[in-house]
Amino acid sequence: MGCIESLPYEVIMRGGSFKECRDYVRKQFGESRDVQPGFKIFDTHIIGVPPISIGLDGDFVIFPFTKPCHGTFLLRVEDKAEADRLRKRK
Amino acid sequence: MYKNRGLIDLADEVKSQRSALLVLGCPQVPVQTSIALYLIHRLRQAGISPVVAGNRSAVTLLVVADPKRHYLGEALDLDRAIDQITEKKRDFDLCFVFIHNDAGVSYAATMGAISKARLYAIIYGEHYDKIVSSIEFPCINIAANAVHNPMPLKKMLDEVAPWAV
Repeated sequence: MGCIESLPYEVIMRGGSFKECRDYVRKQFGESRDVQPGFKIFDTHIIGVPPISIGLDGDFVIFPFTKPCHGTFLLRVEDKAEADRLRKRK
Repeated sequence: MYKNRGLIDLADEVKSQRSALLVLGCPQVPVQTSIALYLIHRLRQAGISPVVAGNRSAVTLLVVADPKRHYLGEALDLDRAIDQITEKKRDFDLCFVFIHNDAGVSYAATMGAISKARLYAIIYGEHYDKIVSSIEFPCINIAANAVHNPMPLKKMLDEVAPWAV
């Protein structure tokens, strides 16, 4: 298990549903990739209802992060390597 | 010879024993712990080995309620369980996801995608009907308006009897 909490993240949305986070990514970011639950991002298996949309904005990666008691957060993390890896996915 | 045959039978039994994963949600709704212990009991009675996964609070509620582990067996951290299943190191025959909020739906969808287990969504809380209508992936719903009183949910669980499948 990776440590998303230890990354220098910015919370873009909190308290929304998973679907709201997905809609926000698709509307606000021209570039995105759909992945399946369990896909590894920042060394953590992503949780969510498929398809899970991950936004790309330059070197920033925008993705949902779900915890049982706190719901889904939409986080933004700057990481060129991870953004490049995601861009290579069709 | 008789002894050896017994050992072989035992090995076959252990190998073929079915297993179930109970994915706990946030423990803020009281019925979760009660229904989880009841389900563990029914699974054990049916010869199915139950494993519990949840966050620290959810698992600790079970550990404290069952100090001698009469019911509770293996308990895992939720993230660790998801890691093991996603990495194909482990899987289960049955999976029960406890849901009373949107995060629970996300966890259930994830289990449906990463595991080959027969998936049951145990849905409760005052907004249980909205949660049921938001589920669009294949699973068997066991749902009731239950917050403090576990009996409506227990009744639904008994009707479905997933341990008998």
